[in-house]
Amino acid sequence: MSRPRPEPVHLIKQRRDAALSALVDGVPYIRTMGITFDRRGDELTGVLNYDDKLIGNPFLPALHGGATAAFLETTAIIELSFQILWDEIESGRLEGGALTPETLPRLPKTIDFTVDYLRSGLPRDAYARARVNRSGRRYASVHVEAWQDNRSRLFAQATGHFLMPGRSN
Amino acid sequence: MATTSEDKARIARQFIEAIPFSKALRMHLDEIGEGLAAISMPYDAALVGDPRTGVIHGGAVSALMDTCGGAAVMSHADAPAGTATIDLRIDYMRPATPGQRIVARAECYHVTRSVAFVRAQAFDEDETRPVAAATGAFTIEQARTPERAP
Repeated sequence: MSRPRPEPVHLIKQRRDAALSALVDGVPYIRTMGITFDRRGDELTGVLNYDDKLIGNPFLPALHGGATAAFLETTAIIELSFQILWDEIESGRLEGGALTPETLPRLPKTIDFTVDYLRSGLPRDAYARARVNRSGRRYASVHVEAWQDNRSRLFAQATGHFLMPGRSN
Repeated sequence: MATTSEDKARIARQFIEAIPFSKALRMHLDEIGEGLAAISMPYDAALVGDPRTGVIHGGAVSALMDTCGGAAVMSHADAPAGTATIDLRIDYMRPATPGQRIVARAECYHVTRSVAFVRAQAFDEDETRPVAAATGAFTIEQARTPERAP
């Protein structure tokens, strides 16, 4: 009755990081926007790396509402997809280290997305975390919050509904 | 002297073309006037959200809808000095056909002293079936010293 030896830490990290980069690196728009993801275990933080091209109001200046919306939507969909992938790779059903954008399983599709703009986005990096409130067989509901300087002072939040990838679509 | 509708259209075009993010996505103001705006965006590989199908990312369509909604507010007869999005809901009805230009049409259908209400649709070359629809509320920023018509 001995426990199996724990997996070496570098293998665990490699598998999880490979799965995340397979999700993120293959998407041109994520690169165009300058969005990256930090991972701590299964917790993801989206980072919108500031660039002058993200400005929507040059007089204030403030981030473009469309850039903020795209950042929130990307964070929501990557969180949901990573959660689906996580179970697959941790259970060994999918080989995490071997995943590439080409061999990824099908991903959820956005049905609708509602953004709530709470204050103007400042010309600096922004961060976002998403929470999957419901993940069913066909539909998922995801909430996402974004902040800049203080985690408790959100500058935008959003809720989206997603169609889960299935055998029939 | 009252500004003519051509003046307004020119000001709106300059305003939109001065927005860095709209410029980065190569948005073009096609039509503007009296609370209506049409803005289009060419297909670009840099906007792809699904590399296997080449379909544009929903976030790029959101950006187009947001810009177009703001333009419709700015062109309203009440002529706000500025606007910002309060909230925007987008429904994605179908994937946009890869390679095709996307055009958004927005209508600012009601304004109060502080809020503008907007609805919008986005189309690819098939203008009979919208790609996405949006509804939103925008702020009405008043000029600091309100100009009154004589």
